[in-house]
Amino acid sequence: MPDVPVTPQQSLVAANATRRWGVTGTRRINQSIVRWLTFVCALVSVVTTFGIIYVLLSQSIPFFKTVSPASFFTGSEWRPTPEPGLFGILPLVCGTLVITVGAGLFAVPIGLLSAIFLSEYAHPRIRKILKPALELLAGIPTVVYGYIGLFFVTPLLRHIFPDIQASNALSGAIVVGIMILPLVSSLCEDALSAVPKALREGAYGLGATKMEVTTKIVVPAALSGIMASFILALSRALGETMAVTLAAGSNPVLTLNPTKSIQTMTAYIVQTSQGDAAAGSVRYTSIFAVGITLFAFTMVMNLIAVRLVKRFRQVYS
Amino acid sequence: MLFKFLCFGAAGLGAIVLVLLLGKLVLDGLPKLSLEFVKGSLSSRARRTGIWPALMGTAWIMALTGLIAVPIGVAAAVYLEEFTTRKTKVTEFIQLNISNLAGVPSIVYGLLGLAVFVRWTNLGYSVLAGALTMSLLVLPMIIIVTQEAIRAVPKSYRDGSLALGSTQWQSIRYQVLPSATPGILTGVILAISRAIGETAPLIVVGAVAGVVSSPVSPKDRYTVLPMQIFNWAGDARADFHAVAASAILVLMVALLALNSIAIYLRNRTKRA
Repeated sequence: MPDVPVTPQQSLVAANATRRWGVTGTRRINQSIVRWLTFVCALVSVVTTFGIIYVLLSQSIPFFKTVSPASFFTGSEWRPTPEPGLFGILPLVCGTLVITVGAGLFAVPIGLLSAIFLSEYAHPRIRKILKPALELLAGIPTVVYGYIGLFFVTPLLRHIFPDIQASNALSGAIVVGIMILPLVSSLCEDALSAVPKALREGAYGLGATKMEVTTKIVVPAALSGIMASFILALSRALGETMAVTLAAGSNPVLTLNPTKSIQTMTAYIVQTSQGDAAAGSVRYTSIFAVGITLFAFTMVMNLIAVRLVKRFRQVYS
Repeated sequence: MLFKFLCFGAAGLGAIVLVLLLGKLVLDGLPKLSLEFVKGSLSSRARRTGIWPALMGTAWIMALTGLIAVPIGVAAAVYLEEFTTRKTKVTEFIQLNISNLAGVPSIVYGLLGLAVFVRWTNLGYSVLAGALTMSLLVLPMIIIVTQEAIRAVPKSYRDGSLALGSTQWQSIRYQVLPSATPGILTGVILAISRAIGETAPLIVVGAVAGVVSSPVSPKDRYTVLPMQIFNWAGDARADFHAVAASAILVLMVALLALNSIAIYLRNRTKRA
């Protein structure tokens, strides 16, 4: 490929030169090669999606041959060792949901309120301090949140619940809540600031106070965007791994008591991959069965969020 | 008025939590932090251990991930933004795939990597298997940021170049990509720095705490810094918890440095 100069004049000269030497054909071939190459690269993402689905299915079929799907999805006891083991996923699903709901209870109201503050009330100078703080919070690696859950949140919680376990669902839920807080707040803020100014001014014109405008006009108008942000954040909490493995523990029991140690689906996958489960054993294939369950959960939530966002876009663009 | 203060409190909480977190980490981790700690090798004794092999493991994984994921991601974005003049079913499908992949939990990528790279292609628990897995994880992010950067290049750049007789590829290669570079670079660094903190998929594809030697080839076994932190924080012996905190400080400083480079690059190469 000839080096094409940048200034217009030189380009013109270069273009004439190529025409004179009749290399236009080669250039066209080059172009179509590049086009195909980039197309193949774009296909990698499609291959990845199908790869994930294929791997999860093909690896969990052997598992479901030894453990019936009925007992897997309805069993309330998860005891992978000793062989042959009991594989009822309900304790893991319950653990995951306790963390997700707990994180949501923390992050959703606080995230929404702080988004309202940042988009409706904040002085630019205060915004300049608060927004980077939230962004920094989002940039902290998840394993660090696990450390914080173990050695900062749990000791604090011990003042309130003296017999709380070292790893417990509550501290897991709190750190995951802190983790998804920036996501809720920034997505909500986007939704709120996309509400047209005319709506606000109309309400002011009718004599509404700032709070009335915010709670009765802006928030309802942005509702589907806000809901989408909640769902995206919760689906992030659902798939969160390192923080919950450390802070919430590896104890698969079916309990709603937040002071007890539990295990999430993700934490089970981590625990088993760290161990010595031989390839092909029931325990090895069980991580794929758990993986496909987790994948199904997050996919459903993401699809709902995408649909909500689409509806929101249709209204205001 | 009350409502306003409630909202202010909620927004302020994020900042307060951040200060508390950082304070706790510095308090716990600073006493042990030293050059010997950073350059030292791993040890099963809390007092003697360093983090050098883990740091090298992280560097290897991230360098390879960048080498694999950035060209593919940029090419995919070029296809989606430049080579498709109108929306077809195919490109729409690809686009939907990319946004869906961005929402898949990272540990699921680990399972994919375990089956495909570790077992089927027989790479074993190697640096290469880890880097390939991480590449798939960061790819959607890289494609999305590159698309945004390319979209921000004014249409007149392309028109001007095409009018002078360049092919479409020449206008992409010599006009669009150079002006999109700052945006792409910033996005790539941010994506990579998110991947550095990511541990879950690497555990599944075989990063093990306590691999004492630094990797010297893509086929070696490895450990990474977050893996080491995970292991130390979960250790029953209490003196390892401070080691974990010191390692966290090193990790956070590395992330901060990367992010500063991203900001610096963005400001320096920004065209007037």
